[in-house]
Amino acid sequence: MAADPIHQFQITKLFTLGHIGGQEIAFTNSSAYMFLAVAVISVLMIGGTARRQLVPGRAQSMAELSYEFVASMIKSTAGSEGMKFFPLVFSLFMFIAVSNLVGIIPFAFTVSSHLIVTVTLALLVFFIVLVYGLYKNGLRFFKLFVPSGVPVFVMPIVVPIEVISFLLKPISHSVRLFANMLAGHIALKVFAGFVAMLGVSLGAIGWIGGVLPLALTVALTALELLVAFLQAYVFAILTCIYLNDAIHPGH
Amino acid sequence: MDPVAAKYIGAGIACIGMGGAGAGVGIIFGNYLAAAVRNPSAAQGQFGNLIFGFAVTEALGIFSLLIALLLLFAL
Repeated sequence: MAADPIHQFQITKLFTLGHIGGQEIAFTNSSAYMFLAVAVISVLMIGGTARRQLVPGRAQSMAELSYEFVASMIKSTAGSEGMKFFPLVFSLFMFIAVSNLVGIIPFAFTVSSHLIVTVTLALLVFFIVLVYGLYKNGLRFFKLFVPSGVPVFVMPIVVPIEVISFLLKPISHSVRLFANMLAGHIALKVFAGFVAMLGVSLGAIGWIGGVLPLALTVALTALELLVAFLQAYVFAILTCIYLNDAIHPGH
Repeated sequence: MDPVAAKYIGAGIACIGMGGAGAGVGIIFGNYLAAAVRNPSAAQGQFGNLIFGFAVTEALGIFSLLIALLLLFAL
């Protein structure tokens, strides 16, 4: 294949920040796009709330909509007690949504298409759930692993399953986001590659026939736009569900 | 067997898993639609559950696609 579809995920060093223990700490294109995402969110939220009016303008209603969206999501899944985690869930949602959406722009880098980024976010949620659950409920937190209404003689089977599924949560949480973004971007690149392959191998007829994969690429981009938003939503709602476990343990 | 051929066969086999995810997503949306036609007023409240179920199911298909892509390009 002429254009390697994996190449778009390459991390390149922009400049070196320093060395820690012999390891180079570099400012990469990934870091640059993270800063870009944070800058976009800051401009949206600070700009939207700078001149508050009773009848919101365009920027203000964007800011209010995103607030309302996340707030209703937390209230419906984790109850009103979950609202103390609003800053966490809102930051996660906005960061993932904006970095996914920025990644769709051609030639842009997708931060969330790297497993290390999504694992970091998922482990953050995992440890917050663990620490807050133990802090708030003490040992009653472990009722999470003992579903109520289950006969005692199946407990030896159910409890290990619950423990394993709890420990696997950060894996599925992170790999879902990472794999969705990776697969989507590779699919886009592969279909875009078909246009060039047809044109190069078949000449004029190929370039005309290349309209079909090109149309498919456009359709896939539209789908990716949906997926980018949806995966941010799913990541945030799963965070809410896991936090609900910490706030109200026991099934 | 030629290792490269085995790699491509493996990628093809890995994609079979996506069929299950396809069936699962179809069941989710089909049942949601059936329920929404019966009781349109309750449909709005279950949209979050729909998206959640869709994402959880779709992720499994994506996992198998990921294995295929890793076999094709990364290994």
